[in-house]
Amino acid sequence: MSALSSLARLQAVAAGIAQPLATVRHCHVSDAPLVLVPLKLAGEAAAPLAVMLGSDPGDPSLLVVPQPRNRDLRFAFAASLAKLVLNHIETSRGAVEELPPGKEGEERIRYGDAPQLLVPNRGGVAFLRMMGRSTRFRSTEGPYAVEPAVPVLGRWLTWFADRHDHPGSSLMGAVTELLRLHWATGQSSLEDGNLAALTGWIDPPAGLDGPAAAARAEDPVVWPPAGPTTDPTFDNEVLAPAIAGYDRSGGDSRAGERLHAAIAGQLTPTWDLMWRAVGLLRALPEGASVPRRWERDRDAFTYYHQTFGEAYPQARRDPPVRAARRLHDLERAQDAYDAQRAFDDPLVMAEHRLSGQAFGGTVTECDPARLDETGKRPKLRPLLRVATRDPVRLDAGATVCSADRPALKGRIVELDDDGGVVLELTGGMGRKLVPEAGVVPEVGDRVCFTSLTEGSFGAAKFPDREDTPWTHGGPPGEYVPTDEDAEEDWS
Amino acid sequence: MTDTAPDLDRLRGGAPPRNHDARTIAALTSNPGCARRGVMDAAGVDKDAVARELGFPAPFGQSQFAITRGNAFEAQVKADGCAELLTLLRERLGLDVPEVAYDDLEVVAGNEGRELRHSRTRRLVARALENGEGTLFDHPLLRLEIAGHPAYLEPDVIAFQLAGRLHVIEVKSFAVVDGQAEPEQVAAAARQSAVYVLALRRLVAELGHDPARVSHDVFLVCPENFSNRPTATPLDVRPQLAVLERQLARLTRIDDILAELPGDLTFDLGESLAASVRAVDARYAPECMSGCEMALFCRDEARACGATGALGRSVRDDLGGVDTVGTALGLADGSLHPSDDLAETADQLRAAARLRAEALQGVA
Repeated sequence: MSALSSLARLQAVAAGIAQPLATVRHCHVSDAPLVLVPLKLAGEAAAPLAVMLGSDPGDPSLLVVPQPRNRDLRFAFAASLAKLVLNHIETSRGAVEELPPGKEGEERIRYGDAPQLLVPNRGGVAFLRMMGRSTRFRSTEGPYAVEPAVPVLGRWLTWFADRHDHPGSSLMGAVTELLRLHWATGQSSLEDGNLAALTGWIDPPAGLDGPAAAARAEDPVVWPPAGPTTDPTFDNEVLAPAIAGYDRSGGDSRAGERLHAAIAGQLTPTWDLMWRAVGLLRALPEGASVPRRWERDRDAFTYYHQTFGEAYPQARRDPPVRAARRLHDLERAQDAYDAQRAFDDPLVMAEHRLSGQAFGGTVTECDPARLDETGKRPKLRPLLRVATRDPVRLDAGATVCSADRPALKGRIVELDDDGGVVLELTGGMGRKLVPEAGVVPEVGDRVCFTSLTEGSFGAAKFPDREDTPWTHGGPPGEYVPTDEDAEEDWS
Repeated sequence: MTDTAPDLDRLRGGAPPRNHDARTIAALTSNPGCARRGVMDAAGVDKDAVARELGFPAPFGQSQFAITRGNAFEAQVKADGCAELLTLLRERLGLDVPEVAYDDLEVVAGNEGRELRHSRTRRLVARALENGEGTLFDHPLLRLEIAGHPAYLEPDVIAFQLAGRLHVIEVKSFAVVDGQAEPEQVAAAARQSAVYVLALRRLVAELGHDPARVSHDVFLVCPENFSNRPTATPLDVRPQLAVLERQLARLTRIDDILAELPGDLTFDLGESLAASVRAVDARYAPECMSGCEMALFCRDEARACGATGALGRSVRDDLGGVDTVGTALGLADGSLHPSDDLAETADQLRAAARLRAEALQGVA
């Protein structure tokens, strides 16, 4: 949060409708994402109750566990879910792109597309992560055998949940988070967690304003919760009798249908909302760096898909080197993502201007042909004076780049008290001693410069697994799958 | 302290007082500055009934699946004189627990009166401290002075005596998967346990012993992974204890709040209830939703008067403590002139408004 987004919230309160926090879309939205709305049984860690899923708004599939405490029914559910999810993964790869060979001459490819999973909220991500954890170690033979697709599903769900942690990745999205990235509502972030209330503020139905739509959305009878937790009243008054009815009937199909219908009633409103939210996001123009980030996502997907057969299920806990590397990767991704969003979107850059890490204004003086002749060879160093009203918090000597064209680099020479910044341009103007045409801003141009850079965080080197230092427990033991993994209770 | 007791009885309107439980204690540490909650809790007012009467029933329904699961797990852990619990303490944590005695303090000779139960808890704790008798004390009834007024706490915990030291054991039914549980749930459990540790320490001090004989390490007993098998994890609640002690010390004394209120104020259910409730200032924040029965009423009130706090504490902080939406927007568009102490905030808001307008204009 910042003063800027807080102000946007106040404006939303005053206007009775959500206010933009972004002028472009900062996430990728697939043509056919796999939308999943999962429900779990209250009080349990990962007992699935149902999931509505599909990539066609008009044709969702609904899977239900009629008795969530029954382990066989759970595994049957996991198997049907696996079939649908794995089918989506396999059909969303697109064509294979051949890439130039790597450093050691190895062949490299990239899938033309990748699957995108969308769930309503963070709880949905957490639940799928748990589903992944509870299924990826299951064995396909022995006393508690499951269908072969079940552990495969577990590994994929774990992988998607892991990618969700990756800043800027669009492979698995929580829709409330994606919407909140682009709009500020007139309610608190707690209430924004309610998908129906959030979309009510952003796109209220005809005849209602944001607050009225959000108030209606808080009635669980009109808008059942978007999961994975169910409405306690629904549990007590509808679900419990329906499950009891199913138990009494001994698996009778009519009792199963009643249960199915009751759960469909809880999920359908959220299903429709999910697609409305997808539509809202699609309506925004895509940010310039989104395709580049999606390409990284496709790389990650290609790698995991290609090496799936030779890898073990993801460990319960990462060994030290992998954990350190992962953290480092996440920090780098966060840094790059923050910078890319700012360069893509003047409204995000405004945050940095307000905090003093960027400034915008008009060029008042310009010496485009200035040469620095103090060294052996003359260097092209045009000078600019920018008049700004922004609260600049950069010091003389700071390196900055242009927000519109990050290749154009400069150095702050002097800051005066009445909002003037003198800037020496140092790079991005061509190789000659005269700048290329149109590169150096002219007097009267509006410009914005920032100290943000995309690659401020270099890649670090980490020791190999067998060289894990003693401070981190020394080299970890080799992972060998055991029967114990597969026999873990799932009750 | 005794002077306020009749006032508090009047506030309750003759209804029996409600005991503090986990929820009110959580609210106590998360929003110590709320006079409304402070008074209602001190008087033991049934806030749930009040909220319902006001048309804002608390959204704290619990699913029967969760209740069943919680009860079943607790019953399993405590079955046969806490057999499973003892196995855990001995084998998992390697504690040398000698012969065992289990005392349930929930009901004393068929009587559930709280004074009686509290005095039994006192007696057994005293005995345990003096000659090490007794091992597990289930459902102790503790007393903690909150804002100058004693509140009874009915923890769903077990006090566990080992080598002259007391530990708090809390049984929770959320799962610990690969040694990790949901952070919010662990944090809530730690906050609650800290309250019980503090109450036990006060009791031990009253009995003339060193309060440090109540350990700051509590044991959290939860189901492991996806099974029903319990696992025990020691949890150091020193940070939560420090927060709690500081906030209890800083709590506005209920007497001071009461002195400001009309002499005939009562939260008796009826027509004047809303007016009575409004007579006591609230300090609403979205966090109240998870802990206080009055939250929906207070939110409505806060929104109606355009309080920035209703948007969240971070928004309020970003606005440099400007209390209402109207004032903040007025400062931002320059139609209001700031007082000296708000000059800096106003500058910031005006800059934010200008930058937002500029960025949005560029698009249109």
